[in-house]
Amino acid sequence: MQILTDTHIKFMEQRKIAMFVSITLIVISLASLTIRGLQFGLDFTGGTLLELAYTKAVELGPIRDELHNNGFPDAVVQHFGSASEVLLRVSPKEGISNAQISTELFELVRKLDNSVENRRVEFVGPQVGEELTETGGIAMLAALVCILIYVALRFEYRFALGSVAALTHDVIIVLGLFSLFGIEFDLTVLAAILAVIGYSLNDTIVVFDRIRENFRKIRKSGAVEVIDASLNQTLSRTIITSLTTLLVLIVLFIFGGELIHGFATALLAGVIVGTYSSIYVASSVLVTMGISKEDLAPVKREGDEQEEVYEEV
Amino acid sequence: MLNHYPLWKYILIIMIIVVSAFYALPNIYGEDPALQVAASSRNAKITDQTLAQLAQQFEKEGIHYRSAKMSETGLLFRFKNEEEQLKAKKIAESTLGDNYAVALNLAPATPQWLLDMNAQPMYLGLDLRGGVYFLMQVDMEAAIIKSVNTYVSDSRSILRKAKVRYLGSKRVGNDVVIHFKSAELRDKGYDVLRREMRDLSFTEKDDGKSFILRGRLSEAKLKELKMFALKQNITTLRKRIDEKFHGLVEPIIQQQGDDRIVIQLPGIQDTAGAKDILGATATLEYRAVDEEHTVEEALSGRVPPGSKIYYARERKEGSRVITAVPVLLKKRVIVTGEHVTNAQAGIDPDTGGAKVNVSLDGYGGKRMGAFTKDNIGKRMAVVYLETKQETVRDKDGNIVRDENGKPVVKRHTTEEVISNAVIRGHFSNRFETTGLDSVQEANDLSLLLRAGALAAPVYIIEERTIGPSLGQDNIDKGFESVIIGFIAVLIFMAVWYRKFGMIANIALALNLVIIVAILSMLQATLTLPGIAGIVLTVGMAVDANVLIFERIREELRNGNSLQNSINAGYEKALMTIADANITTLIAAFVLFVVGTGPIKGFAVTLSIGIVTSMFTAIMVTRAIVNYLYGGKRIKELSI
Repeated sequence: MQILTDTHIKFMEQRKIAMFVSITLIVISLASLTIRGLQFGLDFTGGTLLELAYTKAVELGPIRDELHNNGFPDAVVQHFGSASEVLLRVSPKEGISNAQISTELFELVRKLDNSVENRRVEFVGPQVGEELTETGGIAMLAALVCILIYVALRFEYRFALGSVAALTHDVIIVLGLFSLFGIEFDLTVLAAILAVIGYSLNDTIVVFDRIRENFRKIRKSGAVEVIDASLNQTLSRTIITSLTTLLVLIVLFIFGGELIHGFATALLAGVIVGTYSSIYVASSVLVTMGISKEDLAPVKREGDEQEEVYEEV
Repeated sequence: MLNHYPLWKYILIIMIIVVSAFYALPNIYGEDPALQVAASSRNAKITDQTLAQLAQQFEKEGIHYRSAKMSETGLLFRFKNEEEQLKAKKIAESTLGDNYAVALNLAPATPQWLLDMNAQPMYLGLDLRGGVYFLMQVDMEAAIIKSVNTYVSDSRSILRKAKVRYLGSKRVGNDVVIHFKSAELRDKGYDVLRREMRDLSFTEKDDGKSFILRGRLSEAKLKELKMFALKQNITTLRKRIDEKFHGLVEPIIQQQGDDRIVIQLPGIQDTAGAKDILGATATLEYRAVDEEHTVEEALSGRVPPGSKIYYARERKEGSRVITAVPVLLKKRVIVTGEHVTNAQAGIDPDTGGAKVNVSLDGYGGKRMGAFTKDNIGKRMAVVYLETKQETVRDKDGNIVRDENGKPVVKRHTTEEVISNAVIRGHFSNRFETTGLDSVQEANDLSLLLRAGALAAPVYIIEERTIGPSLGQDNIDKGFESVIIGFIAVLIFMAVWYRKFGMIANIALALNLVIIVAILSMLQATLTLPGIAGIVLTVGMAVDANVLIFERIREELRNGNSLQNSINAGYEKALMTIADANITTLIAAFVLFVVGTGPIKGFAVTLSIGIVTSMFTAIMVTRAIVNYLYGGKRIKELSI
């Protein structure tokens, strides 16, 4: 089966529209991130969480009352996955960053129903959460810097800027999505975003590789034509790889369970945005920064001399 | 010749496949519901008779077990299903009574011949098998303050002994600050202290009223103190966990950073119980041995007033178990653990035997000096005391509360004699215990001495507990996702690239086998995000093949011959694949360095997947393609 072979789409002509779309998305994302912020999960905020399993569907009211009347006025009680599963959350309190809270919470709900099962407990001290927020940010920056250096060494600095622009674009939009829809941002989502960086880059590098090859091969054409040709040649690969990856991610989203939902969501969004950005954003940056054939010609000693001679004349 | 692989490449590929298949094999056997039995008190022992007794009882109640085995940790019975396992637990508990601990367990059903070849199933993380994870913070500040306080009291006794008059000595922050009346006295004090307290560096200062000497701990000493506090806590925690669970769990206790400890207890659900033991405290007591009376006499009921029977700590010397010997000790304590400042194992240069060097603080040294002066030739023992607190529960497992609603906590103390030696001379704050049987014994003793010495407080800053049912759910869901995702990609590739797609599918299947084999070989922890990483790899692994196949199609469209197109497709795609994968590896590496626990698991599977997919997608598919098409006259490629 083949589709999208021998296409001649003029991607770079559409780059104004693409830029408009990208900038709009980024502005919305940044606005939401500043106004609404991210709904950080327990991993980052600290606190206590209990996942409880009942033998049958359970009302939340009595549980809430029991907790509120027994020293946990700010306890959040909600269903998780199904009506017979309940999630309890208590935010960290000044002074009581005590690990005993989880034990006490469970004792309280056990008094209401003896058959309740304690499926999961998470307690994160505030200092751990703070550190994680810091290391999480550092991780993303470190990944971006390492990649910038690698691409600059393997290609050229404009390519490095192009790929990092695309990655930053992807990360901001995925974060914006999580902020806008109030999806919880936990440690697995952070991992997913780093995986998005890896994936999106993978896509961009494939396109860049072809652009480099074509600059050396196609003699008489300008940068825009070369880039367009490269994008068309790699288009079917870009689409197919995205499809297979999306396929497994959808499977993961449906069958992977609640714990992996945020992870799958971030990657699904990331792969879609990443595919788009490797076509439009990364290459547009190259054009905007005025990449040309000469930039990629193999470096020659004689060339340098010729230039000197030229200057003297 | 184009598209021809030399024989050695085929052999290499087949070898990798065979080895991978072998190491992946243990994972298909699953696990048996099992019952573990261990002795929980001093009077109980696991023998062949225990095994026979239980086997007989099981038979009587109509319970069939698959196998029964005796090992170092105790007995292990395997059952067909959980129902029988639960019934057997009740029977075992009522048959054996309180002196034995009985625990439910899942034992890998890997056949012995595979285990003999060091082939084990993957190591599942706590989120997959259930259990407790604790991250504990060692309170270094408290440890340092305690230690500086010792220096303060030492400085006083040193100055007093040297007859240098001083106005006062106290702790200010992490420094020892000593006031003198005159510069002259301060200079004298400085001379003495500099010689006696080499860990401190002194500076001089005047505040108008008095002349001050300020002693600061050196960086090296501070670092040593912290290491000491950390190691000491790890040792005590390990000891307590082993005692609490009678060796029925395989705990992981690791240092994290320079002031934290990670504890993982797979399969443990009783978090309240686990927290109790983590909160226990230990100390030491140096006591005189009562040599006027015999132990036998005391054991028969006539314990002399002023003395008490203690038992020596049971320990293992290789396969030999040195059992708990009773000792009669005087009740009066010579020195307690808070005056012990250090204990280090070493070798006696004269005899070549193992020894332990002990240091006491000023007060402890004085007491020890006074005692040893009059008791040369007599025996002195060290008692290790541990106070554990236990949350009291009623029959139904509910926490019992007092009238204020606070949980009732029961404290109980265990006492063991860890050393019993003859006093060879008059000594005070520095002495050594020699004549130990082995370096191992010296190490054990020094660890216990340190554990009972100045204990740095620890507290839990992170807890994650996963119940067994959730763990099983996670395994099931993860496994389901891998299988369904895998099948979806197989179908897609077969439809899209026909015969070449099938070749890519073989590579993909092989990729999964190799990932499982590597994870099993490394015994790296497989977590739920780790499984997600495998799923993601399945989706991304075909990318290399997509790149190659698209390139081949392109070459064909450009009118190249079939053989040339195949060759060019592989050659040209190679660099692109390498570049693209290295960048993903960089992201995975950063994730591995920064991430903890489950996230590390994701980084590991993702990295392994990237590397193995390069091998399978490039080398293996090429081998198959070359074998099918290389050097043959073909009219059309099924791509």
